[in-house]
Amino acid sequence: MATTSQPRLVLRDVRKSFGPVVALRSGTIEVAGGSIHALVGENGAGKSTLVKIVAGVHRRDAGEMLLDGEAVDFGSTAESKASGVAVIYQEPTLFPDLSVTENIFMGRQPLTSGRRIDRSAMYAETQALFDRLGVSIDPRRPALGLSIADQQIIEIAKAISLDARLLIMDEPTAALSGVEVERLFAVARSLRDEGRGLVFISHRFDEVFALCDMVTVMRDGEYVATRPVADTGVDEIVSLMVGREVSDLFPKTPATVGAPVLEVEGLNRTGVFHDVSFEVRAGEIVGLAGLVGAGRSEIARAVFGVDRYESGSVRLAGKAVPQHNPRAAIRAGMAFIPEDRRKQGLVTEASVARNVAGVIRRGLTRGGVLTQRAENRAAGPWAGKLEVKTNALDANAVTMSGGNQQKVVIAKWLATDPKLLIIDEPTRGIDVGTKAEVHRLLSELAGQGLAILMISSELPEVLGMADRVLVVCEGRLSAELSRDEATPENVMRAATHAGEAVR
Amino acid sequence: MSTATTDAPTRRTYPEYAQPAWRRLLVTRETAVIALLVAVIVYSLVRVPNFDGPLTLTYLLLDTTPILLIALPMTLVIITGEIDLSVASIVGLSSVLLGVLVEAGWSVPMAAAAAIGSGVVAGGLNGFLVAYVGLPSLALTIGTLALYRGLAVGLLGTKAVTEFPDRWTDLATAKIGETGIPQVMLLFVVLALAFAWLLHFTSFGRGVYDIGLNEEAAHFTGVAVERTKFLLFVFSGAVSALAGVYFTLRFGTARGDNASGMELAVIAAVLLGGVSIFGGRGKLHGVIAGVLLIGVLSSALRLDGVTVNVTNIIIGLLLVASVVSTSVLAWASGLTSRRTPTGSSPQNAPLGVESQGRST
Repeated sequence: MATTSQPRLVLRDVRKSFGPVVALRSGTIEVAGGSIHALVGENGAGKSTLVKIVAGVHRRDAGEMLLDGEAVDFGSTAESKASGVAVIYQEPTLFPDLSVTENIFMGRQPLTSGRRIDRSAMYAETQALFDRLGVSIDPRRPALGLSIADQQIIEIAKAISLDARLLIMDEPTAALSGVEVERLFAVARSLRDEGRGLVFISHRFDEVFALCDMVTVMRDGEYVATRPVADTGVDEIVSLMVGREVSDLFPKTPATVGAPVLEVEGLNRTGVFHDVSFEVRAGEIVGLAGLVGAGRSEIARAVFGVDRYESGSVRLAGKAVPQHNPRAAIRAGMAFIPEDRRKQGLVTEASVARNVAGVIRRGLTRGGVLTQRAENRAAGPWAGKLEVKTNALDANAVTMSGGNQQKVVIAKWLATDPKLLIIDEPTRGIDVGTKAEVHRLLSELAGQGLAILMISSELPEVLGMADRVLVVCEGRLSAELSRDEATPENVMRAATHAGEAVR
Repeated sequence: MSTATTDAPTRRTYPEYAQPAWRRLLVTRETAVIALLVAVIVYSLVRVPNFDGPLTLTYLLLDTTPILLIALPMTLVIITGEIDLSVASIVGLSSVLLGVLVEAGWSVPMAAAAAIGSGVVAGGLNGFLVAYVGLPSLALTIGTLALYRGLAVGLLGTKAVTEFPDRWTDLATAKIGETGIPQVMLLFVVLALAFAWLLHFTSFGRGVYDIGLNEEAAHFTGVAVERTKFLLFVFSGAVSALAGVYFTLRFGTARGDNASGMELAVIAAVLLGGVSIFGGRGKLHGVIAGVLLIGVLSSALRLDGVTVNVTNIIIGLLLVASVVSTSVLAWASGLTSRRTPTGSSPQNAPLGVESQGRST
């Protein structure tokens, strides 16, 4: 039944924005039946948004979407499933206490007379599915305790039992071992040979080249190019992924680099990061680059002390900082602006003044008494310096825009007069104007001698801002690049498995 | 502050408050509770026979004191999003310990100190298991509720110790001069001021609210989340044990089942006083008004010849109404705030957006 006459899925100029942030500017892809189509791009290139639109999680704002030539518009995941679209996520979500079979037939169990569930038919069909996929999983066992790889197989079996015409796999191999990847690939190939369309998202180029027929590259929410895998190579794909001028976007003024402020030695945490050593000097912005999930945030959190580490040491301005103790880290002169500002960065239900004075309030106590007035007086100037937009200091941070909330978090930490600023995703979810303000601010702060460790998933931001780039790949520092060496290609190579091939 | 972001002076100033002072101070949950308390008192003075009698105030305060005392630390515990259900059992434990030690020949102050010490230990165990081990306080303190009550009853059996020196039992009910106000209220006022200071005028207190609103962010900001929770449970245990000493001397009886079920009266009053069961919200003066409101209402209804069951029904309905009103208010304010646009539109916010900020 392999037909290639009409594409399975066509997306043309699909657009999606969330409030002020445009996640997908023009998503375009054409997936033929009987083929495996790779979708590649940096973090934030819009791949996941595109997938979610096809899956019915988000509704597109504009653009065309055709499934087997028919225009479709999914308002829910149920609608997309009913039309034959199946998405397998990196971490499948099964019901752990139900059996494998029950998971596959969730919500559409076959019935016998008297509306009783026909278990034997369910088990038989599940066994048939597993035989077809060539896997040996007991249909009666509970989903609890299955490996991620097996859970993905269950999701795939579910998709096949629904007779999905289009399967999308979003980074399915990220958590798999070599053997498991091979088995997944075998399953994917057999599905292709049945004429289904497959979309495969991965950061690992070796896999893209081993498995896929076509590859589509996205960048900054836009379609860049589609190539047959046979006619292209790693170099071309990497340059398509990153190809843009970055230097003029993020102005980092040169600063005199001083003495080391942060010294990290041999930091280890099993399964998260390994043997991480680096230093950050006064006046320097060090970028921590890498793919999402490589362990960048985890390293930062361990340095600041919100997470534990098993071995290694952290020194600030020459003095050892005890581990798992954010208070000691703050006293030593660290400031940490976390990735998730609503959950970790600020208390959104508290006022701007309370948030800005949140770290320094101990020092505002006079005669054992801390007053709202003292907090307001201390917070006002900092909010003003960062141009936080609020009507009054007692306004709750919850109603503010992302950019303004970020300014509140930055104000809070600058008020502590830190020696080292760790900033995780400084501009995530921030509109473009505020983004430029944040970049200018970071540059100014470095100019005044602050040491900055910046984590960012946006490559242009890292390349534009950082004096030095450390690349993290699967929990290890895979490269240290000076500003001149830090080309997009080099960073991408070190961040993906392509790094080994080039060295 | 060497890391000032620019050399330029502050470019923007803000009013400290969005609303005028009278609105901030008057349109609050606490004010509503206080107003209701005053209304009930005025009504009772006018309409309820004997409510203006000389002994009403004395007995009302004597009866309410244990709840007033325990409500103080309970307020802080609930604001952090936790709960302590073992308080009444600690009252019982402390009461029995006082009785047993006095019977064994200890002086009352020594025995009282030991009883309060037992409360510190009991609260410390709660606090350790909640804060450092990470057990859910609701489940854990149901367990220690049974545990501490079991210890209390186990220590003394079903008998009671009733022999206490008159000097101390008299002190428990003594009045301040001719006023009819019990002297124990002085103790309460001192503790209330101490807890008000701790909650509303210290960095520790700000941390208590931060934990209740967003524990993770509090941790990231350097609030000692674990230590704060631990200390609050210790305070809760200590004050409950103190209430147990008072309770014993006031009635001259140490029994294992003293103050059974009082934890619910305390929590009900705290919630009525405007503390959110989800944490992060509430003020101490509201809680004190809440405790007194329930006390005055029970006292007035009793004097009016209303049976205890009907009194419970009325207080229960009041609590339900207070919960409903909170939800209705939240829903209503949600409606209004959704209509208010927030943030500026990105399309017309070019680079260098700073210069076009709305001035206030």
